[in-house]
This record gives sequence, structure tokens and C-alpha cells, in this order.
Amino acid sequence: MTIKGKAYIAGIYEHPTRKAEGIPLAQLHAEVAKGALDDAGLTVADVDGYFCAGDAPGLGGFSMAEYMGLRVRQTDCTETGGSSYIAHLNHASQAIATGKIKVALITLAGKPRTGGAPPGRPPMAVIPPDAPFELPFKPTVLNLYAMCARRHMHEFGTTSEQLAWIKVAASHHAQHNPHAMLREVVTVDEVVNSPIVADPLHRLDCCVVSDGGGALVVVAPEIAAQLQRPKVRILGAGEAIKHTNGGEMDITWSGAVWSGAKAFEEAGVRPADIKYVSVYDSFTITVLMQLEDLGFCAKGEGGRFVSDGNLISGVGKLPFNTDGGGLCNNHPGNRGGMTKVLEAVRQLRGEAHPAVQVKNCDLALAHGTGGYLPTRHGSATVILERA
Amino acid sequence: MSAPKENVVVADRAMAPYWEAARAGRLLLRRCSACSELHYYPRPLCPFCLSSEGEWVEASGEGVIYSWSVERRANPPYAIAFVTLREGPTLMSNIVECDLDGLSVGQAVRLQFEEREGQPVPVFKPA
Repeated sequence: MTIKGKAYIAGIYEHPTRKAEGIPLAQLHAEVAKGALDDAGLTVADVDGYFCAGDAPGLGGFSMAEYMGLRVRQTDCTETGGSSYIAHLNHASQAIATGKIKVALITLAGKPRTGGAPPGRPPMAVIPPDAPFELPFKPTVLNLYAMCARRHMHEFGTTSEQLAWIKVAASHHAQHNPHAMLREVVTVDEVVNSPIVADPLHRLDCCVVSDGGGALVVVAPEIAAQLQRPKVRILGAGEAIKHTNGGEMDITWSGAVWSGAKAFEEAGVRPADIKYVSVYDSFTITVLMQLEDLGFCAKGEGGRFVSDGNLISGVGKLPFNTDGGGLCNNHPGNRGGMTKVLEAVRQLRGEAHPAVQVKNCDLALAHGTGGYLPTRHGSATVILERA
Repeated sequence: MSAPKENVVVADRAMAPYWEAARAGRLLLRRCSACSELHYYPRPLCPFCLSSEGEWVEASGEGVIYSWSVERRANPPYAIAFVTLREGPTLMSNIVECDLDGLSVGQAVRLQFEEREGQPVPVFKPA
């Protein structure tokens, strides 16, 4: 049993807001849902499966199903942080492939700037068992990801200048995105001379904090055949959880090693075949580790791979995050997986900004990481094809 | 971070020896009697085989910095680290009584305890 070719992304929408003053979370979810259904040419009455994560207000999907008037046969509230929405895409495809549903709606919304969940804080009603052994030492999202960077530098000689190239590439793309929070092109010097926030990470190694949201509509092939918009076929997906493994830790690699391998195996393609990649960019180090782990270069070679503009569309060999990504465009609810899929779909449709559109973009990969890179995180990978 | 308080020692009968030892300045690890693996943070069921047969093992207190960072925006800034114990497991901790600009991966460190909200927790200083 495979999802390969059995489900299509028919509609996408990215909320234009970056600061949703006076707009509650539920409204943002509903607005992105409407946007994606309109894009697909479907209505809310067509939706028979609903997928959301912990950013949705209320218990599971109940409140949002009620708010939007959904009548669904399947719901899935898998919560794996920022990787949730790519996991949802996998689960929706499975449900469609097995005939349980025909039209799946996936939504994300967040308001870390204007009074939603505070930045970096997933909803967690029960104290996790690791808390007494970690929280007294004041881990933050910043210093946790910084420790991955530090170890990667130690083992492989990765430098701050190499990491900076990732931000530079994102900024080259963001200059063309009118919605992006940071549209100014930056240089390697500017990144490495920005203040250190958590050694060895600088301020410009970090993503933005933004409000916003996004949605996807995933449909069965027979529905896709009736729709007018360019079609994007799901070829394969993989998921993984990586954790501290009882104290036998290696924080230089991520769960993308596992989720990526599964996605490539199911899709029947190789990293060299991928024309465009969306990878989670909470920090520059996140991108570098994931590109290695997904197989775009050997472990430890990431620093050299991302240098000299290799990730810039039209310049390098592997254009990435052509919307500006989390580093420059947006990071709704501190959860980057959704926006990764949105830009991959735009690239495959040929609807990215002309200045960053990848020529003949027929195969793309989107990857998300959720949680905390060195301790415990979720990884989800999807490979998409222009139909 | 994710939980409501910084230092949460939950009512947990199985972990009582760990916290009692901490009050006496000793760091306990857990060794599984079925598969012989050491693990940390300690759990009553082994994370490698789920056996509930295990024993407490006292750590020597010797370790090396596996990775580290300094939270520069905090007032005052502090050093967080993963420390690999001589016995094998790696744990999260702080490096204290140190030069924040003089830390390095592989640096030898030594266990001591510091109270955090009334609870002694294992921290390390340069050896």
C-alpha cells in the first residue's frame, strides 16, 4: 500500500497578515480554509476530512469544525510541532488512498506577536517526564538549537560564515515577496556581525516571529480531474521522532535521516532529481543539518554545500525557500511546516514570483522539523510532483 | 520552554531515591538489570527494553562538555551544556563558576549541586 499518485494538492492559501491585531485564532483558521477551498474551486460542503494541530483553539478539531460548519468523516489532530502539517499531508493522503475520505482540509494559524500562544510554547497540558531533568537549566529554543550548531562546528569544521550563507540566500528570495517581514538583502558580513544571541548563533541566524497561517486542500484523483487549477501529485512521505535515546545522544543529525529516506523510497526518486526544496528554517543550522540528513550532500559537507549562493534560485544548484522562508518571510505560530508546502506547490504550479521561479520545476521536496532539535523533535518529509 | 514551571519535581515514588541522593550531593543513574544498559534521565522502566528491573548507580561526577551555549540575552547570561558523563550517558546541565568566554567542547568538568527553587540539581564546573 502506498500513497504514491493517490492524492493531489488542489488548493493552497497563505494568510497575508504578519500581525493579526484584533483577529482571533479561530477567524484566522477559517480565513485560510476559505482561501484554500476557493483556490481549489471547492466549497466547505465538499470537505470530508479535517486535519489540525495544537495551534487550533479548542479540544482537537471540535471547535474549528463547529466554527467553520464542517461535517467530516475523519479528523486527525496529530501534534508534532512545526512538522505537524506535513504529517497531516501524509495522513490525509493515506485516508484518501484507502477511500475513507475524498477532500481533506489542513489548517494552521498562530498569533505569537499579538497574544496567541507565546513564542516557542506548544500547548502542553501535562508536565512531560523530562521536565524535572531539563527545565532547571533554562533551555530555550535559541540555546538548544545553538548547541546543535556548536557540536556540528566541532565535528565537521562548519563555520558561522557558512551558516550565514543560508540567511543570505533567504534574503535574496524575500526581496521579491511583498508580504515578507524582512525584504532587505543581507550579506555574510552582516549576519556574522549581528549580535550573538546564543553562542554560536547570531541574531540573523534566527527566523522571524510572525502571526499568520496557511491551509491545504488535498483531494482524491477523481476530484482533482474535475478541477481547473494546476495539479500537484503526492509521490511519497515519511515521518520520524528523534529523542535523547536514554542519554546516548548525537545532536549533529536529525530525524530527517529517517523521514527523508522513507519519502524518497516511496516516491522512487533520489535527492539529485529534486529541482526545488522547502526546508524548515527556524535557524540557519536547522537548514544545514536537514539538507545533509535528506541526502542533498554528505554528512558534514553542509557548510560547503550552502556556501557561495548555492541555495539562491537562478544562482545555485538547489534553490530553497523561495518565499523568503521563516528566516525572512513569516513563521506563523512558530510552526514552519505549512509554509514549506505552500511555496513548494507554488513552484510546481509555476506560480512562484518570476524572479525566483525555478525553470521546469517538476519535482519538489518539503520538509519540516517540530519541537527541539537536540532533545526531542518530529520530522516529516513529503515529495511532490507537477501533474 | 514548554512546561509551566522551571523546576518541577512531580510526586513520583519511583524517583524518590534520585532526589534524596541529590540532597546528599550524589548523582544517580539507572542501570537496567535485564539489558544492562545505563540510562539518563532515570525511569522506572528501561527506555531500551521496558524492563522494570533496575538498580541505581552513582555517577563518578566526572564528565566532558559535549556541546554548550551561552544565553547572551539573559540577565545575567548563563551557560547551558550537554555533558557526557564518564559512565556514558549525556545529560543537560549548566556550567557554573566558569569564564563564559572560555568554554569548549571536550572540556573536562566536575559535578556539583546547586539549589534551584529549593531543589538541588546537578550542575558542572570546569575541572
